[in-house]
Amino acid sequence: MAPKAQKGKKPSGQKKEKGGKKKPKPLPDTEEEEPLNMESMGHPEIYPLVLTTKTQEIFNCRIDEDVTDEVPYKLIKKEDIFEDLQNRAAVSDFHPVKKIVREYPGDELLLVYDKDFKYGLNFYLIATEEGKENYLNPPELPPEEQEENKELIPEDIYIYHPPLSKPWVSLGSEKEIEEESVKESTKQITYMISRKRNQFGAPITFSDQNASSAKDAYIECTAYPDKNFTLKKLEKDIGMQVIPHIKDISTQTRWTYPKNATTQYHAREFSEEEREKLGKSKSLIDFLKKVSTSVEIALQQNEIMNTFIEDWRCLAEEEGAFGDKTDTHLKEYQSFTDLHSTTEKKITCISWHPVIYGLIAVSVAVRLSFEDRVHLSGKLLLQPSLILFWSFSDPIHPQLMLESPEDIFCFQFCPTDPNIIAGGCINGQIVLWDITAHADRIENIKASGRSKKVALKPMFLLEPESNKESIFIRHCAVSSIESGHKKIITDIQWLPDTFEINRMGFVYENRNGICCQLATCSADCTICFWDIRPQKPLTPQPTEKKKEESIEIPFDVPSTFLHLDLSWKPLAKIKLSKGETSLDHCPTKISLTEDHLLYKTQDKILAQTKSLKAGETSPYHNLEGGMTDHLKPLEDFCTKFFVGTEEGEVIYTDWKLERDPDTGRFMTKKPVNLYTVHDGFVHTVQRSPFYNDIVLTIGGWNVAIWKEGVMTGPLLQSCCAPKMYTSGHWSLTRPGVFYIGREDGYIDIWDLLEKTHEPALSQNICITMITYIKPWTFSPKQQFIAIADYYGTLHILEIPWTLSHPSVNEIASVNYYFEREVKHLEYVEQRKIIRDQEKKEMDLEMEKKKVKTYQKSKEQAEAELKMEYESYLELEKTTLINLGLAKVTEKVSYMDLI
Amino acid sequence: MVEETLQRLQSQKGVQGIIVVNTEGIPIKSTMENSTTTQYANLMHNFILKARSTVREIDPQNDLTFLQIHSKKDEFMVAPDKVYFLIVIQNPTE
Repeated sequence: MAPKAQKGKKPSGQKKEKGGKKKPKPLPDTEEEEPLNMESMGHPEIYPLVLTTKTQEIFNCRIDEDVTDEVPYKLIKKEDIFEDLQNRAAVSDFHPVKKIVREYPGDELLLVYDKDFKYGLNFYLIATEEGKENYLNPPELPPEEQEENKELIPEDIYIYHPPLSKPWVSLGSEKEIEEESVKESTKQITYMISRKRNQFGAPITFSDQNASSAKDAYIECTAYPDKNFTLKKLEKDIGMQVIPHIKDISTQTRWTYPKNATTQYHAREFSEEEREKLGKSKSLIDFLKKVSTSVEIALQQNEIMNTFIEDWRCLAEEEGAFGDKTDTHLKEYQSFTDLHSTTEKKITCISWHPVIYGLIAVSVAVRLSFEDRVHLSGKLLLQPSLILFWSFSDPIHPQLMLESPEDIFCFQFCPTDPNIIAGGCINGQIVLWDITAHADRIENIKASGRSKKVALKPMFLLEPESNKESIFIRHCAVSSIESGHKKIITDIQWLPDTFEINRMGFVYENRNGICCQLATCSADCTICFWDIRPQKPLTPQPTEKKKEESIEIPFDVPSTFLHLDLSWKPLAKIKLSKGETSLDHCPTKISLTEDHLLYKTQDKILAQTKSLKAGETSPYHNLEGGMTDHLKPLEDFCTKFFVGTEEGEVIYTDWKLERDPDTGRFMTKKPVNLYTVHDGFVHTVQRSPFYNDIVLTIGGWNVAIWKEGVMTGPLLQSCCAPKMYTSGHWSLTRPGVFYIGREDGYIDIWDLLEKTHEPALSQNICITMITYIKPWTFSPKQQFIAIADYYGTLHILEIPWTLSHPSVNEIASVNYYFEREVKHLEYVEQRKIIRDQEKKEMDLEMEKKKVKTYQKSKEQAEAELKMEYESYLELEKTTLINLGLAKVTEKVSYMDLI
Repeated sequence: MVEETLQRLQSQKGVQGIIVVNTEGIPIKSTMENSTTTQYANLMHNFILKARSTVREIDPQNDLTFLQIHSKKDEFMVAPDKVYFLIVIQNPTE
């Protein structure tokens, strides 16, 4: 809105002012809005409008047709505008100026075409008559001014009209100005500070001043107790202690550091003279008199009884049990099976090595019946029968394999030299081995670090030399076939080294110190005693000797028993005959007076082997002939022993030969006692390791315990078990415990102190029959039991603490039990006698009664007979009638008869 | 007389040694060797005095009549008197 435009506008406004007539029409005014007018531009009567083409047509003010540059206005009647408003209502372009049109005094309004859009829109309306008039009739020079306007701008000489001063018209802006203006509220103060010029830059001196002297020299803010911030403590924790009176004193001293100082002193002693003098003084004598009595009493008291014994501790059982006390089962430790053999084998005998830990020897035999053996005898010849040495460290490969000509059914280590082994074969031969050469090997067995490349080949492909793992050891000597046993050897035992026997059965003292005699029993009903020493032949036979010498032996076999090989004859033979009957007793096991190996004589053996090593040659290598000729026989030696037979009998017999009065020859004595106790063959006859005279026999389906000397019967005879017992052994450490193996692979553990009618524990070991049981003790903590089964597997189990460790006084308790049983047997015997007597008495009484009744009179007897006869007739009659054979005399209805 | 008494005591079962000491702890007579005697005498002397003083302190009219020390292996018996002490060492057999 440039003033120029305003100025320009004024005149042009005056020229163009026109108004349209308008008729006032009453219009319902729904809206009353103030239209925009050009008041701001100085023309409050001008109202710009937009007129659409439609409106232009209606009012005939079309641009460039009705309304041109020449005549840019149009007079519109008010009525027309109202009409249009009515017709078109809000759509009408005059709607914004409706109010103005209504208020228009005149009839016609002036509508001007605003070509240049001076007022913003293409048309404008002039609202006042005056304006209209001004527009229509511009004062004085309308056309001229029009023309002048076009040409005025460049050529017009600008006439400067200085502004006319008009009186100030306040519009209320003074207040604002006043508010905004800045005025000084107070008068400004001026200061003038001056100083002497020479004082500028002078040194400054400070001086002290007491703060309190000068007034207001300092300001302090003193602290004051504010009641808002004080807390009164109402509770307090105090500790109090009552102590004795203490005094603390301290001084200051010169500090000294500790130094090592020593003192040497000598105890004061009396000199000899003084001693003597005092020794004789009366005071001493009196003193001793007075005192010695009490001292003596005290001394003796100590001897009589120890008053400081802890009774409770002695009463309790020994503590320090290793392992769980509740664990009563045998624990599987290891098992060995020979994987090399092609045929099925069973284990016939087990023996632990007496000295070396963890070494166990088993004899295996082919599992065939007699018929099969005969059938396959050719094949069996090719396979050597073996005794295998197993070690705990190597469960696959046996350490040693002892070869024998036939299957071994029993063997035993020599108690005095564990390198000598004697075994009994199935054909009646005895085989001896000497493994001294390989003793080092088995002693130092290390854990299997051997190469596993060696495949397990069947035995007949293996050659003994190429097999580095286990060595075949050929037997040293075999007994003579003709003069030995004829049938299978069922038991072989070394006689203890304390005595020896001669041909007659007389017992002599064994001066050798080694075991040199064997006892065997066989199925041909004989018991033989053998001597391993070279015997002086009764009749010299040089030719035979030469023959023997010419036999060649393989070079790797030691020549210990060369003298015995194939020519070994028994020293003495005992035939167990039943008298006239042809069937003799067939012994299966014998038990001599002292079972050497069971009494742990390990120390003795160790000592002997050590001395042997020192001496290099064992006495077995330098065996001399028996010295029985020079010695006197021992008189009071018990030569009786127990024998178990195949029929289940237990025989107590004597090996001493007696002179038969008829023939003058030496004959075996008749058995002292014979008991038929078992139902099957007796496979175990064993003395208890704790009691010398208690023997355990197992056979068939039951168990019996005997005491030597008690002839009436067994102390204990168990009832028949459901399964057959096939093997058994005493426990080595507990006097009342023994193990029995059954035919179904179970092991029964009996504890005599717990139960005597049935086993205390039954445990399954394997699936098949148990053929042999052998326990062994290595240490107080470790006890093993080796169990062999029918399929050739050897099981090693560990015996738990409860079964291996005896309780306190167990030996005495078991002994007491046996004694009680003996007494019981005696009592039974006594009762038998009493019963016999009673029976006799009863018989006598019966006899007497019979005699009494016999004294009846004859008449009475006859009368009785008659009565009886009549009653019999009656009976006969009724029976016949009932049968329908006799006619019925009385007329009885048929129905009654039936 | 003294010797007889000592012999009699020595012959008792288990007796290892007998020492007679005076109030100051100096051995007068002994059946054991010198060094052992001195050691025992010195050690027992303090103990005997302590025991005696304990008894008397509790009850001044009381006095120690006999003292026995029972150990695992041995037994020491002391018979005190005004002037002398008799110490006997015994090893009681169990």
